[in-house]
Amino acid sequence: MSQAQSGIVRRQGPRQIALRILLFAVLGLFCLYYLIPLAVMISTSLKSLDEIRTGSLISLPHEISLDAWSKAWSSACVGVRCTGLEPYMWNSFLMVVPAVLISTFLGAINGYALTKWRFPGANVIFALMLFGAFIPFQIVLLPMARTLGYFGLAGSVYGLVFVHTVYGLAFTTLFFRNFFVSVSDGIVQAAKIDGAGFFPIFFKLMLPMALPTIVVSVIWQFTQIWNDFLFGIAFTVGDSNPVTVALNNIVATSTGVKEYNVDMAAAIIAGLPTLLVYVLAGSYFVRGLSAGAVKG
Amino acid sequence: MTNAGTPRVALERFLDRWLPQIVVSPLFAASLVFVYAFIAWTIYISFTKSGVMPNYTLVGLAQYERVWSTPRWYVALQNLFVFTGLFIAGCMIIGVLLAILLDQRIRLEGAIRTIYLYPMALSFIVTGTAWKWILNPTLGIEKLVQGWGFRDFSFDWLVDPQMAIYTVVIAGVWQSSGYVMALFLAGLRSVDDEIIRAAAIDGAGPVRTYATIILPMIRPVFLSSIIILAHLAIKSFDLVVALTGGGPGYATDMPATFMYAFAFQRSELGTAAASAVMMLMTVMAIMVPYLYSEIRGSAK
Amino acid sequence: MAGVKLDRVWKKFGQNEVIKGIDLEIAPGEFVVLVGPSGCGKSTLLNLIAGLETLTSGDIRIGEQQVNDVPPKDRNIAMVFQSYALYPTKSVHRNITFGMETRHIGHQEQEQAVSEVTQLLHIEQLLERKPGQLSGGQRQRVAMGRALVRKPDVFLFDEPLSNLDAKLRIEMRTEIKKLHQRLGKTTIYVTHDQVEAMTLASRIAVMDNGHIRQFGSPDDIYENPVDLFVAGFMGSPSMNIVRGRVLKNGSCGIEVTDGEGAIVFPLPEALAGKVAERTGQEIVLGLRPEIITHRGAHAPGSNVFAFERAIDVIEPTGPDTMLVFTLGGSEAIGRIRPGEAVAVDQPYRFQVNMDKAKLFDPASGIRL
Repeated sequence: MSQAQSGIVRRQGPRQIALRILLFAVLGLFCLYYLIPLAVMISTSLKSLDEIRTGSLISLPHEISLDAWSKAWSSACVGVRCTGLEPYMWNSFLMVVPAVLISTFLGAINGYALTKWRFPGANVIFALMLFGAFIPFQIVLLPMARTLGYFGLAGSVYGLVFVHTVYGLAFTTLFFRNFFVSVSDGIVQAAKIDGAGFFPIFFKLMLPMALPTIVVSVIWQFTQIWNDFLFGIAFTVGDSNPVTVALNNIVATSTGVKEYNVDMAAAIIAGLPTLLVYVLAGSYFVRGLSAGAVKG
Repeated sequence: MTNAGTPRVALERFLDRWLPQIVVSPLFAASLVFVYAFIAWTIYISFTKSGVMPNYTLVGLAQYERVWSTPRWYVALQNLFVFTGLFIAGCMIIGVLLAILLDQRIRLEGAIRTIYLYPMALSFIVTGTAWKWILNPTLGIEKLVQGWGFRDFSFDWLVDPQMAIYTVVIAGVWQSSGYVMALFLAGLRSVDDEIIRAAAIDGAGPVRTYATIILPMIRPVFLSSIIILAHLAIKSFDLVVALTGGGPGYATDMPATFMYAFAFQRSELGTAAASAVMMLMTVMAIMVPYLYSEIRGSAK
Repeated sequence: MAGVKLDRVWKKFGQNEVIKGIDLEIAPGEFVVLVGPSGCGKSTLLNLIAGLETLTSGDIRIGEQQVNDVPPKDRNIAMVFQSYALYPTKSVHRNITFGMETRHIGHQEQEQAVSEVTQLLHIEQLLERKPGQLSGGQRQRVAMGRALVRKPDVFLFDEPLSNLDAKLRIEMRTEIKKLHQRLGKTTIYVTHDQVEAMTLASRIAVMDNGHIRQFGSPDDIYENPVDLFVAGFMGSPSMNIVRGRVLKNGSCGIEVTDGEGAIVFPLPEALAGKVAERTGQEIVLGLRPEIITHRGAHAPGSNVFAFERAIDVIEPTGPDTMLVFTLGGSEAIGRIRPGEAVAVDQPYRFQVNMDKAKLFDPASGIRL
């Protein structure tokens, strides 16, 4: 609750008014600090290259042009292939959707089994699995690359689905374990007495109750997997790259004229899905962040 | 009835008893293989003379000696310390300040909070791309300030090997300070309202109330924020790649980019494995005591 | 020493009116208890007096000073909170001295004050501990110590005993009363527990829905409740409320009818005069459980009336036995000595002291 809720009588006077103004000034300045880079990206993406060279960073475009956007979407060169971001966006969606759904579902059933059917060793198993959420992934890059190669999944979107599912499981299990721990055991006991077994209790009772946690987990996983770069660059090549890798390739292309407006349009396109999720479901995103306070 | 029933009942009993374990075990097995076995494999490789291909001949600490005799590794380590220190300090100062300011009954709090936190939803690659443009030595901030009349202003940190690492700090703090703000705001809101009222009656003004009562009460939030930021810093890879590509030269290399370069560009698996193992050790040195105390704390 | 005076005090949270024009005058040295059901506005009223909420309109005076816009720290008050609100990161000693530190009171004086209150409250041995290491009762004492050390004009208590177990609650209740007798400071105390209100107060303000229903001494509140709300709220078990009709043939009485037949409760003259105009009309008869009792319990010369009803439930409490029966279609309770011959479903002959009966208007609930 803190200050926000309490209406403690404070002394009123010019000093208080000045402090209040200062407070809003500082908060406003920080709003600018966070927003200006986005504004610069948008405004640059709408300028022509000439205007970029002559105008300044923060000047608004004289003539709004969507050329950079259409180029970023359909014809910018990613490495040697000039296809724009479009196919890579599809790669990312094809990777994200199954990986999010599978890892959330497995995390839910895992969290449920570990908390509501506490068998000997359940806590140790949880602790061991949780550890996987904290390792720097560099430590598994080499063996995973070899494993994917062995199963013929190297360089494919399916390989990335698999990798993200495996390493996302620790987070999703954590989310659901924390939720199910707070659910009364009495509900499960009552259902057992009513004759329901492991799966009926899970699907009919627990999963509907866990809906907010499902949303948190889906949003969290979506953001993490969409934004991933390390697995994408390490395990895919060329046309199976996710959009983050493609974006980096567009920006890092050193041949020809540097097209900053195309770079910015491409960056906004690549960031748009997660930004939309954040704007639409911000509170769930924040809940994921603070649940992740024990994860990082 | 009984004949048909008995095996079925027996099966049901068996499933009742073992189903939870049956469900958990493949997931647990996956964790054992893809986390623990993989770590073990990487550690093993770090003691072998593996180059382009894995080679299982043990060579003792040779790969580690190799890493520690590479000047590039020292640059990476130095950058890691500079980046981690400044990144944590910057995020903490801005985050705590903003959380306290937002805690003052601000009418637009929801909207402001959304603005402060949105960079956290972006990929580091997007952030890096944006800042790469803003910090562009000819067309970015430098040109903007020169346009204001400061003809001699120069801002070329992005291509200055001495200063490039600080551009990574700038972009990193921009992206992650909102996260610290959100964690602290939640912490501040968890403090019992009656305690703040008691402090008001005791005559403590806002500054004293925050400094001596509220902030000490949310000490655990300081700890977890710092741990999370340190963890982010050690793993930071995407931001460096997008913003500086590790350059100029390898001036902004970090252990994560060092490892990637040796593993996938130079194909020196043993050396890459050795650097990955050292990264793991660093993370563990921070995370294991923290996790241990968290788990012990929540078990109470 | 200072009194407290409230004048047409209003508090709204948005559209929600929580305090609706309260007037209250508390004399210096008084112990006033604000009592009422949860949500009646009693805690909000206390917070307004403390300066922890801003007034919507009206006037609050402490002593001679109008304090409407005075911050809490300058009102010379001290407050004990329901959750105790001890600072968890500070030792007991620092908890007690914190207010003096913010006021820049000399070290020597601080130590002097601490040793006085710790002796008074028997918490000398706890000084170096942190609040987390204390039991509920000890925390309560420290919270009181923190309030006492301020030597305020007015003490404010916000349900200070509600987090304690039953035994400790009674102990601390006595302790608070002793402290008040000893220090004689003006005290305003909020509780939802009517027993606490009765035992502690020099005057009680019974609140409901943002209004003060009645302000008076405990005896007065108990014996002369102004309306059905106060009558029902104060006393445990609460007053029996029986619907009946005023009869007049010769003497005056209240006829109560139900499935077991009709009973006419004869009214003593003092009450009869109040219903003279209402012959034939509906009326509400209020009978406290302790005036419906066994034979021979009443003082000689009182207007005793006997009636019979079948017993529905017997509830022994030890010192008394409660008998639940039906009267005028609703449940009623009588209180008799233990050891009387009673059985469920058997009729029992009660004696009721009609001198202590109350009459209420059925429409407005106001006592006649």
